[in-house]
Amino acid sequence: MSDLVVTLLGKYNYWLCVILMMIGLYAMIAKNNLIKKLVGMNIFQTSIILFYVSIGCKKGATISILEHGAGHHGVDPTHYINPLPHVLMLTAIVVSVSTFGVALALAIKVYRKHKTLEEDEILMQLRSE
Amino acid sequence: MTNHYPALIVVLPLLFAFVVSGVAWVKKSLCFPLTIVGMGLSAGLSVCLLGRVATTGLVEYRMGGWETPWGIGYHVDYLNALVVTVVTVLAFINLIATRKNVVEETPEKAGAFYSLYLLFIVGLTGIVLTGDLFNLYVLLEVASLTSYALIGMGNGRAPMSALNYLFVGTVGGCFYLLGVGYLYIMTGSLNMVDVATLLPQMYHSSAVVMAFIFCLVGVGIKMAFFPLHMWLPNAYGFAPTAVGSLIAPLMTKVMVYVLIRLILTVFSVDFAFVILKMGDPMVWLSSLAIVAGAVFALAQKNLKRMFCYIIVSEIGYMMGGAWLGNNTGMTGAILHIFNDAIMTLCLFLCAGSIYYRVRGLELDRLKGLFSKMPVTMACLVAGALSIIGVPPTCGFFSKWYLISGGLEAGQYGFVAALLFSSLVNVVLFFRVIEISYYGDFEDHHGHGSSGEAVMEAPASMLVPLLIVSIGLIVVGLYTGGIVNHLINPLLLKQGFLG
Repeated sequence: MSDLVVTLLGKYNYWLCVILMMIGLYAMIAKNNLIKKLVGMNIFQTSIILFYVSIGCKKGATISILEHGAGHHGVDPTHYINPLPHVLMLTAIVVSVSTFGVALALAIKVYRKHKTLEEDEILMQLRSE
Repeated sequence: MTNHYPALIVVLPLLFAFVVSGVAWVKKSLCFPLTIVGMGLSAGLSVCLLGRVATTGLVEYRMGGWETPWGIGYHVDYLNALVVTVVTVLAFINLIATRKNVVEETPEKAGAFYSLYLLFIVGLTGIVLTGDLFNLYVLLEVASLTSYALIGMGNGRAPMSALNYLFVGTVGGCFYLLGVGYLYIMTGSLNMVDVATLLPQMYHSSAVVMAFIFCLVGVGIKMAFFPLHMWLPNAYGFAPTAVGSLIAPLMTKVMVYVLIRLILTVFSVDFAFVILKMGDPMVWLSSLAIVAGAVFALAQKNLKRMFCYIIVSEIGYMMGGAWLGNNTGMTGAILHIFNDAIMTLCLFLCAGSIYYRVRGLELDRLKGLFSKMPVTMACLVAGALSIIGVPPTCGFFSKWYLISGGLEAGQYGFVAALLFSSLVNVVLFFRVIEISYYGDFEDHHGHGSSGEAVMEAPASMLVPLLIVSIGLIVVGLYTGGIVNHLINPLLLKQGFLG
């Protein structure tokens, strides 16, 4: 039992990401309103961004900025967090924002045509066409 | 200059996309010629790159001069060079062929349309050329985002289909990103070749297995692999004509390329086939995809939607061939990426010219078209024969490789599915040909074509269409050369199972 607790709590960052991801996925599948689905999609993307950010962290390490240069002894990598995943996520954030933008633009187009953003009403209109 | 070919193929369309969107404010009529120049340069350079790769075997390029495990490297071998040439050349032909469709269906939006067109090509060529896993994700999203926007430019149900595609496609992209994250945790590297050298010690780690499965699912969603295909028929079917014939031949094939690249270069053949033993289940799933795509296609009453389900079926061909786990099957899969792109373009261009004249693609509106549009219909027959797999069209040769690969691997279910789908394709296309050859032409008034008699499509559409149709046969005749000079050396180098 205590092993299980340790496993669960020791990797709490992964669990939080999984929970967030499932919330997002649930919203995308279960919600009827297109904007709510979009928000779900954004939560889904954010969970992966947080996953990447958390894997760069180290206990007792600081941000990777050298104040006085490397000096003669070089740099001990355990004192600095890994900046690469964070940099990658800058790009992923841009991707996620632009996806959201395109999706909102499409939602406006859908709204102009159907005068609603509820998916079941749109489907009813499409069936009666 | 010549050393920069791989980068220029991607960067030139990007630069031209910005120029086109800027010029659109000043003079709309300049957008099309500028796009032609950008696309033509990119296509020409791809052909040069293919020529160079065919002689040297490998072209490496480092972005900004950074050495590879740290910087982004382009690692161009036979497979990349072949696929990138197909992508740029077909996009160039499609650009010329669909000009009149664009003017008609998205008037006043030439600037936006052509910049998106070029950006889409940036995404696809980047995906194909890059040697970096994360770079691939970013370019994948560039290609996907532009395709959502392009599909959304259509009328009627297009925005809703594009939105559905966006939901599904984003989940696919995220899964791929998650898989790359797992790989990064395990290896600390993002360069494909570097990851491949670091991975063998960790083949039995469950994190690597999960990384592979996440990548597989992500790419599977983007390529519309059955049962993840639900978004495809609506998205491609309701897209504007020029967009359908751009995205349908290229996007799904490039995703199959990504999968083959992951199997061959990143995870290695040993991991996918010997350690994971994924071959059998994936081949069965592909067989299911082939049969399901064929059956759904039978139920369609619209020419374009029928083609969409044929794509679902063709994706099954390529996935099945890649997962057969022998040389012949993989050769068939790679050859089919090449051939299927040309066949699909041929079919969608035919649909485009028919739509331009008839204003509808329902099967019963095709009556009597053989007498009205003989050249277009002849090209449709050529494309149909290639999809069915009649020699000497190129479709026959890749199907031959796939079937003999299936027999070699003892996958009789896959062989049966291939034969079944060929028979269904015979039924599908002979139905179309029967309607259009024997049916009496009926003029449908009140659909926008009133007063204008249906006649052969304009020359600007016919010439590219004829080139593509002749290409079907020429590529078929040169299959031996492609296999001997490009595909065999590739598989030999990757140490593919005998």
